[in-house]
Amino acid sequence: MSTSVLGRAARTGRARLGVGLLGVVALVVVLGPVFAPHPYDAIVGPPLADPSGAFPLGTDILGRDVLSRLLDGGVNLTWMAVLAAGIGVVLGSLVGLTAAYRGGAVDAVLMRAMDVLLSFPEIIFVLLFVSMLGRSTVLTSALVGVAFVPGVSRVLRGAAIPVVGSDYVLWARVNGLPAGRILLREVLPGVTSPLMVEAGTRLVWAVSAIASLSYLGFGIAPPAADWGLMVGENQDGLSVAPLPVLAPIALILMMALGGNLVAESVARTVGRTEGRV
Amino acid sequence: MEVEVSGVTVRADATGHDIVRDIGFELARGSVLGVVGESGSGKSTLALALLGFARKGATITGGRVVVDDVDLLALPEKELRRARGSRVAYVPQDPATALNPSLSLATQLTEGLRLPRREALARVRSLLEAVGLPGDDAFLRRRPRQLSGGQQQRVAIAMAVAPGPRLIVLDEPTTGLDVSTQARVLEVVRELCRSRDLAAIYVSHDLAVVAEVADRVLVVYGGEVVEHGSLARAAHPYTRALLAAVPSSTHRHRLVPIPGRAPGIGADRSGCVFAPRCAHAAEECSSRPPLVEVPSGTLARCWRTAEVARSPRPAVVVDAAPPFSGDEILTVSGLNAGYGGRQTLFEVSFGLARGECLALVGESGSGKTTMSRCLVGLHEEQEGKIVFDGQVLAPRRDKDLRRELQYVFQNPYGSLSPQRTVESSLLVPLRHYFGLKGTEARRRAHEALDRVEIPTHLANRYPAELSGGQRQRVAIARALVCRPKLLICDEITSALDVSVQAAVVELLRSLLAEGLSMIFVTHDLAVVRSIADTVTVLNQGRVVEKGTADAVLSSPTHPYTRSLVAATLDVPDTFEHAG
Repeated sequence: MSTSVLGRAARTGRARLGVGLLGVVALVVVLGPVFAPHPYDAIVGPPLADPSGAFPLGTDILGRDVLSRLLDGGVNLTWMAVLAAGIGVVLGSLVGLTAAYRGGAVDAVLMRAMDVLLSFPEIIFVLLFVSMLGRSTVLTSALVGVAFVPGVSRVLRGAAIPVVGSDYVLWARVNGLPAGRILLREVLPGVTSPLMVEAGTRLVWAVSAIASLSYLGFGIAPPAADWGLMVGENQDGLSVAPLPVLAPIALILMMALGGNLVAESVARTVGRTEGRV
Repeated sequence: MEVEVSGVTVRADATGHDIVRDIGFELARGSVLGVVGESGSGKSTLALALLGFARKGATITGGRVVVDDVDLLALPEKELRRARGSRVAYVPQDPATALNPSLSLATQLTEGLRLPRREALARVRSLLEAVGLPGDDAFLRRRPRQLSGGQQQRVAIAMAVAPGPRLIVLDEPTTGLDVSTQARVLEVVRELCRSRDLAAIYVSHDLAVVAEVADRVLVVYGGEVVEHGSLARAAHPYTRALLAAVPSSTHRHRLVPIPGRAPGIGADRSGCVFAPRCAHAAEECSSRPPLVEVPSGTLARCWRTAEVARSPRPAVVVDAAPPFSGDEILTVSGLNAGYGGRQTLFEVSFGLARGECLALVGESGSGKTTMSRCLVGLHEEQEGKIVFDGQVLAPRRDKDLRRELQYVFQNPYGSLSPQRTVESSLLVPLRHYFGLKGTEARRRAHEALDRVEIPTHLANRYPAELSGGQRQRVAIARALVCRPKLLICDEITSALDVSVQAAVVELLRSLLAEGLSMIFVTHDLAVVRSIADTVTVLNQGRVVEKGTADAVLSSPTHPYTRSLVAATLDVPDTFEHAG
């Protein structure tokens, strides 16, 4: 079924490039901390030193090793992005599928509520709550996830409406199967393809949203190493030493681009085959 | 001869296999040739090839289509395009998509004519009258959606005939129309051919319709012409098998399904295409027989017509069961129902005895679908009383009631989840109703599949890998695992080919014999005769007639039922004399 959609998507050049990029980033994130030559928060040299044998990418504005911080700084971003995307997709599917299945007043209320949420730009939405509740990585990821819910729910509601109207779902209703089981076992398998595309896209958006928040100082707190944070910390030294800013940007870009390419190739495969399994 | 077709072959580009092969026939002015075949036989490809057109992915690789001394297939693209419309015209299956919804009939009908508007309009008016529609300005100002399906189809026919073609190809023009509307369209086709000296090719899967409208019939199977002549004199085993599978509205006979499956495009074509499913197949059938004249007077592509002709037709007339005297399992009294304030059912009452099959008959818009939805509890806006097995049925009902009253959907392509295997679809109700899992559930599922004659190796297939008939039988099996007392079948054979329909009807009949009660919702009186004990006729939401199947179909009393019976077509009854 949906695995064959993935299989067909994986054969496209676009998807292979994406998987390659994501693979490189994943290696950096997973193995990086092991290979980091210095502790990420130790001041080991003069600020903004040029690349040298001891510091292959130079040092940052406080004199910490850029390479070590780079190798250490992906973990937080990754788990936060995954958590945010997970929360967004799970809650969004729940809302979207419930709206599609119940229809009528439930549908109207849920979707209007989503419209209200949608009217806040996601960064502003997160900033609003972070400034009220204080800074925490889990809170930030959760808020980013919640900010995704309206978009995900709209897409899944649209995908689920034809499935909910199909005779096999009608059969399950006629036979009085519990609504939860119908949604989970009958409707959900019918929308796996858009769901996968949605999960991929949201993951990419979560990466950029969380990196932006860290850059703005509302995500991961210093002195922790984080790619988004590194861009923010070192931007004043950009004219002297560009590497401490450009290196984390390159990694964020690879992560986002890779995810985007994979999600898009799945979406295109789904579109081309009209979701046929 | 007006139309001469020879050697027309269309090939699928991807595989290199022929979709239709070596089609040839002649057709005189003013006559109608019927092309009949089951789904996948290549009849639509053939119809389009006659206009020199092949769908994307297919190519016409050879042959001649000579209309009025011009070979269409030899014309350059530009001239061919001009010839379409003026020499050959096409009427597609679904008139709703053939007509542009945003153009008035006047614009639509005159745009293909290279005439000054005044003359064009005059011609269109007379044509509309010829197809039995008003030709006045008010009618010409209408748009397609303001017409009924039958009117739309007649407009499409008028549009095809307007530029004055010599040959008109109609692809299933009455599929989806009610029988009374169908009768009018068929009459229009015949009348147009006679009065305008037109040759027509009428493509259909419905043998009764083709027998009614056509002078001669071309039977297509596996992309080849297997027989050419009159259905009443059928000599080819496939044609005879098809006729034996068609139910009759005048008497109840045993329907004989054709075993096996129709060949796909990639099938081996070295011998007779029908041999793998033929009861008369012998050694010589491994070489391809020619289309030759046989003693009965038709042209047949078969080596063994002499043996086939000697074999008797298995026309087993089944007697109607004696009237049921048992208690009623279902009683509907004074049921009113509607959608959004519009009432669609008015004071409907009927009863169903235990073990009986009741046919709910009506044309589109009669309320028969609302009725069956009320029974299974899908319909909320209803008042009246439905008593099932001693309990009053409300839209909200308990588990046992739901289990005992099972519903089988019309469309087998939508009623099974595409993400579940056959077995898994059957395990769902077993778990829900009986809490069964594992081996015991699987045993019960296989038992039900056995009952509907689905081989065990199909249990792990997905619906997309099954044919329409197989899916419908799986859907029936899913109802059977619930151990129902009453089965509601909503037009369950209307999407199936006749040979497959025969198998499903015979299956339902054997279930009835085992004591199941059944409500069969349909518009097809022939199917009613072959399965139902009693009939309730619905018209515009009201019950207009009820009684035993034989009484209602043989001597209908209500004018509506009478018109319905009169409009129902049957296949030619006898071909015994063919030997």
